[in-house]
Amino acid sequence: MPASPSGVQPDSIGALLASKEIVIVCGSGGVGKTTAAAAAAAMAAVRLGGKVLVLTVDPARRLAAALGLEGFGNVETRVVPEAFEQAGARPRGELWAAMLDTKQSWDDLVRRHAPDRATAARILANPLYQNISGKFVQSHDYIAMERLYEIHSEGNFDLIVVDTPPTRNAVDFIEAPQRMAEFFSSRLLRMLIAPYRSRVVNVASRPFYQIADRVLGSQFLEDIAEFFVLFQTMYAGFVERARAVERVLRDRRTTFVVVSTLEAAPVREAEFFLEVLTAKRFHLGALVLNKVLPDYLLDEDAEKRAATLSDEASKLSRSEGLGELLDVDHEQLARVLAEVGDNFRNVAVVARREATLRQHLERRPDVVAAAPEFDTDIHDLPGLLRLGERIWG
Amino acid sequence: MTELLDRKLIFVTGKGGVGKTTIAAALGWLGAARGKKTLVCEVDAKGNLADFFETGPTHFVEREVAPRMWVMSMDTEASLKQYLSLQLKVPLVARIGPIAKMFDFVASAAPGVREIVTVGKLCWEVKEKHYDLVVVDASATGHIVGQLAAPQAINQLVQVGLVRQQTGWMLDILEDPDTTGLIVVATPAEMPVSETLELTDRLRQETNVDLAAVVVNRVLPELFGRGEEEVFERLCDPEAEARLDAELGGPSAPLMQAARLTVTMRRSRTEHLERLRHAIDPSVPLLYVPYLFVRSHGLRTTHQLSDALSAELGY
Repeated sequence: MPASPSGVQPDSIGALLASKEIVIVCGSGGVGKTTAAAAAAAMAAVRLGGKVLVLTVDPARRLAAALGLEGFGNVETRVVPEAFEQAGARPRGELWAAMLDTKQSWDDLVRRHAPDRATAARILANPLYQNISGKFVQSHDYIAMERLYEIHSEGNFDLIVVDTPPTRNAVDFIEAPQRMAEFFSSRLLRMLIAPYRSRVVNVASRPFYQIADRVLGSQFLEDIAEFFVLFQTMYAGFVERARAVERVLRDRRTTFVVVSTLEAAPVREAEFFLEVLTAKRFHLGALVLNKVLPDYLLDEDAEKRAATLSDEASKLSRSEGLGELLDVDHEQLARVLAEVGDNFRNVAVVARREATLRQHLERRPDVVAAAPEFDTDIHDLPGLLRLGERIWG
Repeated sequence: MTELLDRKLIFVTGKGGVGKTTIAAALGWLGAARGKKTLVCEVDAKGNLADFFETGPTHFVEREVAPRMWVMSMDTEASLKQYLSLQLKVPLVARIGPIAKMFDFVASAAPGVREIVTVGKLCWEVKEKHYDLVVVDASATGHIVGQLAAPQAINQLVQVGLVRQQTGWMLDILEDPDTTGLIVVATPAEMPVSETLELTDRLRQETNVDLAAVVVNRVLPELFGRGEEEVFERLCDPEAEARLDAELGGPSAPLMQAARLTVTMRRSRTEHLERLRHAIDPSVPLLYVPYLFVRSHGLRTTHQLSDALSAELGY
């Protein structure tokens, strides 16, 4: 594992962010990735200074609005200093935000790599391209990493925190650049477009064409082939670019932060992800456990008292000490006491599950941070900073 | 509107993390309990479906895990093979290995191809009446429209060929509201609700698939009824707290704090529920399912959720 510039392993999220230039935040859907990424970036702007960018994929509308992102799309936008003032924070640096517009980014990419404007126009007009750039499942993954590369190489930011797109599989996007390169240099691709170019089908691919012709119709096959022939003109640029993107992901200035809630499925996915990152030798920076229930729920004595409350609510409500003091309807009081007891025991079950999952985490990065379940949504800068404080360490 | 369980094919979708698999499993369980031969199919093979039935890993070949209750997981390659041999009567099945690889390659570029193999398999099970009810633990909100619209997309992209001919009967099944419906699962939180509303719009614009219901999962209980919250507040007064501590032989504060946590969490989530309720077409049933305070999800919770759905459906 590469050491931080000071030669010391970072022991907190704060130290980690201080020693890196790119932080890639990943985890399964619904764990609070976007919020955690934005919170970390906001804190970095406050505490570390410099220009910090959070590159986000699909933020909640109110969060986007809080970051000043509405209607900006692909453009990096600075979060106004007044927003920090209102949050009672005096940032040493600047917080910037950008949202990923997949379609726009793909179009830009095509324009950049096409040999001439006519080819670019033909690609952009191809129905398959339009479908692919919008719907191709892996296109988000690649384009997110591509945008990251672009922004990083422009060198305008000291720290870039990236929120990764929701993927079917959390590791898809780290492999996206490599897959993209393989895709364009693949033998299969050459086989596929060969008949379109030469009309001579070799022996190996003949059965494919026989079936594909029957199944898909030759017109569709030709459309596909035309698309790939056009795309081939961008081959060299694309492959080179994809490799450069991959290099950035592996750079020692880059680190990965995995976010998870303490529920079985997300934890399983987070562990899988930690394993893949380690196996593929990416830098594993931290694990953030999000929406964790408070520790007091694990107090066994409190739980015993909760049981007493549930079981003896009626008796307690009539007790001299309490019943008389409050002067309320006994039955009503009994119901409230019982609810309070039951609720504690209910929530404690979940808190214990969380504690167990946490204890049994098989692979732990050097930094493990936990953030509480806040009782309200986080949709503004004060909220982000509140979360940021908790994970900063 | 056709009763939910009288439909033959139900797709269950939702934002990642809202409990779509849980709901699909519970719905399937309810179908089987009501005497229907039911198949639950997990499309994004994460392998979580097996947990909810406490059964071994699911595969492409359907398996009966309880009376009338069958499970499978989608495998596009296996599905393609079946599709080619059963429906398109394409020979050479034995030699399909490299072709499937090639297909995989084309499919990752040509939109709709992979999806139609998935949707095709499910529609086929319905068409052949192998099951009374097929419940699909489908892709998340971001991908479901692409999946459901695949036959249409293929129709537009492919002018001739066997696939083109195949899209007709699939559309007949998908677009018949008596046969097919989509369930969107949400939790009372900002993003799941927003994604649900965006999805229902896209569903109307880009497909003819009927929205059968919206399931609101993980609804926190309302601890206190009318007037009871006031009593709770009075219990938190220092004097009352001291008395209660004395009665309980220790601090009551954690208990009160936990109650307050539940109350405020429920309250902050109510606004999202309200937004959902106001924006969704009133003819679409909203089914509420409680948050389960459990250690782990398994057969027992599948039963509990199935009971909750049953009650919401008025059975």
